Amino acid sequence: MTEDDRLAAILADHAGREGALLPILHDVQAAYGCVPADCYQPIADALRLSRAEVAGVVSFYHDFRDAPAGKHVVKLCRAEACQSMGGTEMIARLERALGMKVGETKGDVTLEAVYCLGLCACAPAAMVGDQLVGRATPERIEALVAEVSA
Amino acid sequence: MKIWVPCDAAAVACGADEVAAALASAAGLRGEEVEIVRNGTRGMIWLEPLVEIERDGVRHGFGPMEPEDVPALFEGGDHPKALGPIEEIPFFAKQTRLTFARCGRTDPLSLADYEADEGWQGLKRALELGGAQTIEEVTTSGLRGRGGAGFPTGIKWKTVAGAEAPQKYIVCNADEGDSGSFADRMLMEGDPYCLIEGMAIAGLAVGATKGFIYVRSEYPHAIRTLNAAIKAARAAGIIGDSLMGQGPAFDLEVRVGAGAYICGEETSLLNSLEGKRGMVRAKPPLPALEGAFGKPTVVNNVLSLAAVPWILVHGGAAYAEFGLGRSRGTIPIQIAGNVKHGGLFETGFGMSLGTLVNEIGGGTASGRPFKAVQVGGPLGAYHGPDDFDLPVCYEAFADQGGLVGHAGFVVHDDSADMLALARYAMEFCAIESCGKCTPCRIGAVRGIETLDRVAAGDPAAIELLHELCEVMEKGSLCAMGGFTPYPVRSAIRLFPQEFSLSQEAAE
Repeated sequence: MTEDDRLAAILADHAGREGALLPILHDVQAAYGCVPADCYQPIADALRLSRAEVAGVVSFYHDFRDAPAGKHVVKLCRAEACQSMGGTEMIARLERALGMKVGETKGDVTLEAVYCLGLCACAPAAMVGDQLVGRATPERIEALVAEVSA
Repeated sequence: MKIWVPCDAAAVACGADEVAAALASAAGLRGEEVEIVRNGTRGMIWLEPLVEIERDGVRHGFGPMEPEDVPALFEGGDHPKALGPIEEIPFFAKQTRLTFARCGRTDPLSLADYEADEGWQGLKRALELGGAQTIEEVTTSGLRGRGGAGFPTGIKWKTVAGAEAPQKYIVCNADEGDSGSFADRMLMEGDPYCLIEGMAIAGLAVGATKGFIYVRSEYPHAIRTLNAAIKAARAAGIIGDSLMGQGPAFDLEVRVGAGAYICGEETSLLNSLEGKRGMVRAKPPLPALEGAFGKPTVVNNVLSLAAVPWILVHGGAAYAEFGLGRSRGTIPIQIAGNVKHGGLFETGFGMSLGTLVNEIGGGTASGRPFKAVQVGGPLGAYHGPDDFDLPVCYEAFADQGGLVGHAGFVVHDDSADMLALARYAMEFCAIESCGKCTPCRIGAVRGIETLDRVAAGDPAAIELLHELCEVMEKGSLCAMGGFTPYPVRSAIRLFPQEFSLSQEAAE
C-alpha cells in the first residue's frame, strides 16, 4: 500500500463519524509514527476543515509528533506522587546513565516526560514501550531498555 | 484450585503478569489443575502483585508476590507472603465499598460474574421506574460530581432531561490526569460493566441514546478493557438498539485523549471530543444545554456514574445515610506518594485527614517524618499536621483554602522541597494551560520566573507572587489557572522559611 492509500483507508474508516479528527490523528500516527504535515490537507478536505484547523489540533496535543520517535519510547512520570518517591532523582540518574535528556532521542531510544500514569501508589512510575513499570529504579529501566533494544 | 492474579495496570506494573506466568508453569510442572482468573485489583497497591487463593470458600491473600514466591504456594504450610483472609486485612475491612464492591472480586470482563454480583440490577430498576423517578432517586442520594467540582448529579441530569433536542449525549469524563488519582482507572479496568451500567441508567434517565467515554491515552489497559466490555455488553443485548431488549436505544463509544491534562475540564473535553483543540469554553451555555456537538449533554466523572447502579439498587436514601454534612455517600480516596499503605480506600465522607494519613496510610513509606499531603491533584493545596482534624468532605476542605477534588492524597516526607514543588505547580500549569485566558497562560510562566527570583533571594518577589496568585485565582476562566495558586500559596503558608531562607542568606 502506498502512503496515500494508507491515509485514504484511514479517512474512509472514519467517514461520517462525529468528531472524527482525533481518532483519525491517532490512526495516522499509528501508521506513520507521527502526523506528517503532508497529511494535513487531505485530512482537512475529508472533514471539511481548513488546513490551519488541522495543524492547530495537531500542535495542541502532546501526543502528536511531527517526526517519528525512537523505536523504544521511555516515558518517565514527573508528577507529584512520583516526585515524593524520588522520581526526580531517578530521572536525573537515568539521564546520566543513558547520556541523554528527557525530550531527546538517541539511537533507538526516546526519553519522554509523562504527567501521571495512574500508578501513584507504586511510584515512581515509568513506561518502557508498552510495559508499565511501578516502583521503578534507574537500574530496572536501564535493564528494560537494554532488553527491548537488544 | 482457583487462583486470582490482578490484571490492573498497577499490579501489572509491579510484576503481576510474571507472577501469573510463574503460577501457570509451576502448576503445569506439578500436574495440578489450576484456574487462574485475572481479577481487578482490591486496591491495596502496596501488596501488589496480590495473589488470592480460595480455601474452604474464603479467599486468602499472598503478597507482594514475586515469581520466586510461587512454588511455595503449592507446597502447603505457612507461606512467607501469606496475608490471611483478604477481606479481613484491616485496610480492606475498614472500608465501605459501594462503588468498588465488585472491583477485585470478579473477572472484569465476565458477564456471568457481573450478573451474579448484583450486575444490571440498577438498570433493571431504572427501566421499571422510568426517567423522572430515576433522577429523583439520584437526587435523593445526594450524589455530587466525583470529578472534583461536587455539583449535584441529580440536578445536572434534571436539566438535561428537561432540555428539548433531537439528540442528547452522556459523556463520561475519564481523563483522570491528577497525580495521586487512579480510582477511575481502577474501576474501568476492574469493573467496566459498572460504568457501562451507570451510563446506561443516565441515558435512560435523561433521554440520551449515545454515550462517549473520553479516556486519556496514558491508560491503554483501561481503553482495551472498556472496548472489550462495550462489545460484550452489546453482544449480550444489554446496550445497543434497546437497553436490555425492553428500553430505549443506548450505545457507547470510547474516545481516546491525546495527552492534554486540560481535557479533564469538561468544556475542554467536549471540544476535544468534537475534534477541536482542547480549549476551555466560557459558561454559559452550560454543557447540560449545549454540550457535545451543541446538544444537551450530561458530563459526569467515572466515579459519579459508577455510583449510580448501587444507588438504584439500594435506593438513594440508603446512599445518603453515609457521609457528612452536604457531602453524602462514599468517596473512593486514593492514598499515594510517599505512604506505607498506598491504595484505594472507599469510605463515607467524614474521615479525618490525620486518620487517613497515619492510620490507614500507615505513615510515610520512607519511614521519615511526615511533612505535607497534597489533596486533590496538582491544583490542590498542601496540608500539614495542623489540618489533621479536617474531615474529608467538600465544604471542610474548601473552607481551608483547599479542595477534595478527585480525592487523590499525595503524601510527602520531610525531604520534600516545597519551593521546588511550588515551582512545579506553576510549571505544570504553563505546560498544560489551554492558552485561552491570559491569567493562566501568562501567569503560570510569570509564576515560574517569580519563584526563581524567590529562590535567588529577591526580597520583593514573594509579594509579587501573591499578587500574581490573586490575579490567577480571580481572573482565570477555569480551575487550571484558578487553582494552580492553591499548592503555591499553601506551601508558602505552611513552610514560609523555605521561601525566605535564600532571602535571609542574600541579606
